[in-house]
Amino acid sequence: MSRLRGKLAPYLMVLPAWLWLAIFFVVPTVTMLSVSTMTGNDLDGFKQTFHFSTYADAWNDYHTQIVRSLIYGLVATVLCVLIGYPVAYWIAFYGGRHKSTLLFLLLLPFFVSFVIRTLAWETLLQDEGVVIKAMKHLHIDGAFFGFMHFIGAVPEHAHQITQTHLAVVGGLVYNFLPFTILPIYVSLERVSPSLLESSADLYGNKVTSFTKVVLPLSMPGVFAGVLLTFVPVAADYVTAQILGGPGTTMVGTIIDQRFNSQEYPIASALSFILMALLLIGVFSYAKALGTEEAMEMAAA
Amino acid sequence: MSERPDLPLDLLRGLALPRMSRRRFLQAGGLTVAGATLAACSLPGTPRSNLGLQGAREEIAKYWAAQTQHGQLNFANWPLYMDVDADDESKHPSLDEFTKKTGIKVKYDEVINDTDEFYNKIAPVLRQKQSLEWDLMVLTNGMSLNDLMIRDYLVPLDQARMSNFYANASTLAANPSYDRGNVYTMAWQSGITGIAYDIKRVGHEITSWEDLQDPKLRGKIGMFGDNEDLPGCALAAIGVNPEQSTPEDWKKAADWLIKQKPLVRKYYAQDYVDPLLRGDIWATMGWSGDVLANQGDNPNLRFVVPKEGAILWTDNMCIPAAARNPLDAMIYMDYVYNPDVAATLADYIWYITPVPAVQGIFVQEAKDADNEDDKAYYQDLSTNPLMFPKEADFAKLHRYRVLSEEERPVWNALFQPIYSG
Repeated sequence: MSRLRGKLAPYLMVLPAWLWLAIFFVVPTVTMLSVSTMTGNDLDGFKQTFHFSTYADAWNDYHTQIVRSLIYGLVATVLCVLIGYPVAYWIAFYGGRHKSTLLFLLLLPFFVSFVIRTLAWETLLQDEGVVIKAMKHLHIDGAFFGFMHFIGAVPEHAHQITQTHLAVVGGLVYNFLPFTILPIYVSLERVSPSLLESSADLYGNKVTSFTKVVLPLSMPGVFAGVLLTFVPVAADYVTAQILGGPGTTMVGTIIDQRFNSQEYPIASALSFILMALLLIGVFSYAKALGTEEAMEMAAA
Repeated sequence: MSERPDLPLDLLRGLALPRMSRRRFLQAGGLTVAGATLAACSLPGTPRSNLGLQGAREEIAKYWAAQTQHGQLNFANWPLYMDVDADDESKHPSLDEFTKKTGIKVKYDEVINDTDEFYNKIAPVLRQKQSLEWDLMVLTNGMSLNDLMIRDYLVPLDQARMSNFYANASTLAANPSYDRGNVYTMAWQSGITGIAYDIKRVGHEITSWEDLQDPKLRGKIGMFGDNEDLPGCALAAIGVNPEQSTPEDWKKAADWLIKQKPLVRKYYAQDYVDPLLRGDIWATMGWSGDVLANQGDNPNLRFVVPKEGAILWTDNMCIPAAARNPLDAMIYMDYVYNPDVAATLADYIWYITPVPAVQGIFVQEAKDADNEDDKAYYQDLSTNPLMFPKEADFAKLHRYRVLSEEERPVWNALFQPIYSG
């Protein structure tokens, strides 16, 4: 009896996780898949007709927004890593006894609802708001907008920040930065200072110590940070709705709108397309860069 | 007095919804989840009643005969849509007065920000034949309200308890095209969707929808990102009455909007007032009352009914199916059609009141005023064309197009891509 229990124990222990996954992931996903091929309307109900061309319609009508979401996701994630890595590095190696305080400060703004924070950005960035006024005052607005026009972040004719790619990507970076910083910080925190000393003993200068020792050891953290940032950023819809305009709509907004006008099949199909693309992206990324360690880190 | 209505045939299913015990509610919920996920082969629609006209009348009479007054009314409304005490914003004098007169206590919730959004919140509950927490709600005419009516999610009103309404309602409020015979609804307030603009920033007066096609305003134009006001105004702009519009007209209106799109800063939900006040946008689709309410902050703000026409909408009081206190709601609905009550509300809300006698009351208030400020204020109100539009103005105002299930996909495919990016 006790032997049997011993054999069953691991399965029993993992059972809640399986149930969780089944109830909150598998069942909804199957339902959504099923809805996506139904036809009908809210009044008469929706019937399963295996109408797969909904997927083709969804792609034809909204590939612009889907591709845009993936590009925003990519750009925002790269920026998050570029900004987040030095921050994590500094806290991990120079934070000293203030490390936890610094991490707390990093998270502090996130105690305020992110909708409110995004609305606050809208106020700061408005045409006659403090940011643009300050730039005008310092006579750097010409150079700033010239550069932004050059990289295509602001449309050619416009002297505005809100309702541009710049505002949306900026908002996304701001909102998701901690998701990048925290995993990178955790991996850097694990790098023992004695390794750096060894590197120095072996005539490694600061640059080689970083590139040969610290950076490789922190890659699992970067990997995890990228995953944790890219997926929610590509699926986000609030930021683009508040800071964006007609040319910056993301696919999340479309899904929300279709769902709210009771067009469940196309909303489900769009969700599926997005999910499939994200999964393909994540798996190829994992295949290219992921080590077992990196996967563990990402899972943790 | 308006003519008594002919009842629509399919309106009864919602009347006699049984109230569910908590246990049955849970059972039903469990069944739905199990059914939907395991079978996953269809989503149910709404069954329609097959009672005839006479049967419907009898059922309605029977329903109302069985109701008693409970002394409680739970009221769902929009923000800033009820008078407040000058000293205490949480107090609503007209509601307190109502309680004093009738003994009915009112729980007043400002929970509605958008009719479609609210519809999506309540429809699943009503579909399950459960009671909402409200007995009375205020919803804009349009597709969602129409959906509520054709799905029998509203209680048909007791025409015998509408004496104030039939004595005092304006031609606008009585027998509207979206609810012939006021079977389900009584107007709360109406308003106009036209053009709101800052005359100083724009630099000239705006008179036409074509002014919103002016390349000089590029990046400074706002439009509404919705499926009714935006297409409705575009149809008005090309000189078509939306209610009589055909799919060919829709195509033309969509083309008008597509041509305009490069100039548009953003398709706003209802958050257009702040950007307008602070100068991100200079001219935008807007609501009449919003402009009146914000002219204090920005005296350069103007509202215009463009010469091609604009949209007139009405927010309506209605009783959700399976409401717990329908008689209390019915009493309140007729109560606000008392001209003095209507005047108290109009004095605060500044949209179009459904009771024309209010204008006379304001004129009288101006005469009786004991100081110049009050006098000027009431004179201003009583002559304000946005609160008391003239007959000639009404001729230019159109109602929303109500779409059949077959027309919806066509309409959506034309207009949704414009504002959704």
